[in-house]
Amino acid sequence: MRSPGVSVRPIITIDGVHEVNDVFLDDVRVPLENRIGEENRGWDYAKFLLGHERTSMAGTARSRRRLEQLKLIAANEVSSGCPLIEDDAFARQVARIEIELTALEITELRALSAASRGEQSGAQASLFKIKSTEIQQHLTELALEAVGNYALVNRPTLGHGNNHSLPGPEYSHLVTEDYLNTRKKSIYGGSNEIQRNIIARTILDL
Amino acid sequence: MDFSFSDEQVLLRDTIRKYLAAEYDSVARKRIVASSEGYSRETWKQFAQLGFLAAPFAEEYGGIGGGAIETMIIMEEYGRRLVVEPFIETVVLAGGLLRDLGFEDQRRAFLPRIIDGSDVWALAWAETQGRHDLHDVALRAERDGDGHRLNGCKQVVVGAPWADRLIVSARTAGERRDRRGISLFIVDKSQSGVDCRSYATVDGRRAADIAFDSVAVGPEGRIGLEGDGLAGLERAVDHAIAALCAEAVGAMDELNRTTRDYARLRKQFGVPVAKFQVLQHRMVDMFIAYEQALSMTYLATLRLTDEVRERAKAVSSAKVQVGEAAKFIGQQAVQIHGGMGMSDELEVGRYFKRLTAINVQFGTPDHHLGRYLQVA
Repeated sequence: MRSPGVSVRPIITIDGVHEVNDVFLDDVRVPLENRIGEENRGWDYAKFLLGHERTSMAGTARSRRRLEQLKLIAANEVSSGCPLIEDDAFARQVARIEIELTALEITELRALSAASRGEQSGAQASLFKIKSTEIQQHLTELALEAVGNYALVNRPTLGHGNNHSLPGPEYSHLVTEDYLNTRKKSIYGGSNEIQRNIIARTILDL
Repeated sequence: MDFSFSDEQVLLRDTIRKYLAAEYDSVARKRIVASSEGYSRETWKQFAQLGFLAAPFAEEYGGIGGGAIETMIIMEEYGRRLVVEPFIETVVLAGGLLRDLGFEDQRRAFLPRIIDGSDVWALAWAETQGRHDLHDVALRAERDGDGHRLNGCKQVVVGAPWADRLIVSARTAGERRDRRGISLFIVDKSQSGVDCRSYATVDGRRAADIAFDSVAVGPEGRIGLEGDGLAGLERAVDHAIAALCAEAVGAMDELNRTTRDYARLRKQFGVPVAKFQVLQHRMVDMFIAYEQALSMTYLATLRLTDEVRERAKAVSSAKVQVGEAAKFIGQQAVQIHGGMGMSDELEVGRYFKRLTAINVQFGTPDHHLGRYLQVA
């Protein structure tokens, strides 16, 4: 990154955070020993890496944590004078996403089991990417709904290192930011539309 | 049903559209949002001069004698430009409560100052435990001589940092969730005992958590009859919800248009992404969602003067229909813009965030589905 000709321009995302950049390469000299693998095979290597990236994106353990956090919020929030988790309509939505997540975990375990027998799982990575990002997005939607009016608070402008004075209960502080940020998951790593194309072509042979 | 606008209404829409196109583009708005106050008093004064703030009031107070349809026209245009100034809080809510419930001397004192842009108001109704229920009120107003003293808290009061005056819902009798025993009071924000903790909201506005510590309100500061404030409050909030729906419809129309334009421009695999059938169908669904939302916004607006059940049913229907559309269109606009949709440099994110906030304000679509089931 310190090579002459490399310049970086920060991009602020819709949640007010800086985690991505434009990176410009202007006549950057790269020594031969820095080339990875053979010349002109970069896309093959990238596809191999992307397969692992997509599988790792499944992040089912993180979704489990998010689900537990959602239940915690729903246990503490009040709706119609009762804990939100006792609200039938809301509880059903939480249960539904929990079942969906369990199904994804078992699908993953089936793939791992196949892999341990040396069978190729191929485009299964696309399935994990689609399903897991949809689950993650759905979980952040429910959390946003669960915190009620405090979902309106804009956290990033409130000043850094000043978290003790944020309005609303602590569990509400990251919820809106998280909802906005998680929209990226169906876009990056190959958009979910592209993943569906991959499954259509390579698994279903359409 | 007649859905055509009168010549005056068309003129009002054209006036707003022309004004906002000239004075309230995205650069101007960003400057306003980033300013220390977070909204523009100057713009507010111009809204007054152009007669927007006078729309739903009778001529005897300086109004132009319009109603909910005029409000809908204004809010749809505000939605297109993401106007942050507190029209709903000041004109629709406070103005509406003073107009419909206020005593004559309150109307004479306050409505002209709303209409000429002198005063900005906010409605302090929300309490954490009450969530979206207007009747869940713990803040107490105890008798003190011929007036009252207010003690308690209100949370996420939208527009409060900008407001000169607040209308506060308070309990004068009964238990926390009783429908009877709620009264409405006018409180000057600079009054002693009012502690306002301000913050920015995700849609570029301001809100506050407000603590009331033995705040004195005289008999002239109560709106309507003691203990009988809920029905009027619910009506005013229904007007505000219809206005929010109109705002959302304006924002969705803009978002659909910019998304279509982007998809026609942006190339992938050598062709514009608009050529991919999966995205074509997505955009068709966004268009349909918008049309359905617009229809329910019209219905809610026309039903605002009906008896309470018809009004509540239509307004909650609209909040559900518009809310689901807003979520779908907002999310898919970001998705179709791809990585660019995640960037704060484009406008799409700001529309998405405003639509997200609208869905929370005065109750989520789920909350209103529940209310619909109760009244239908």
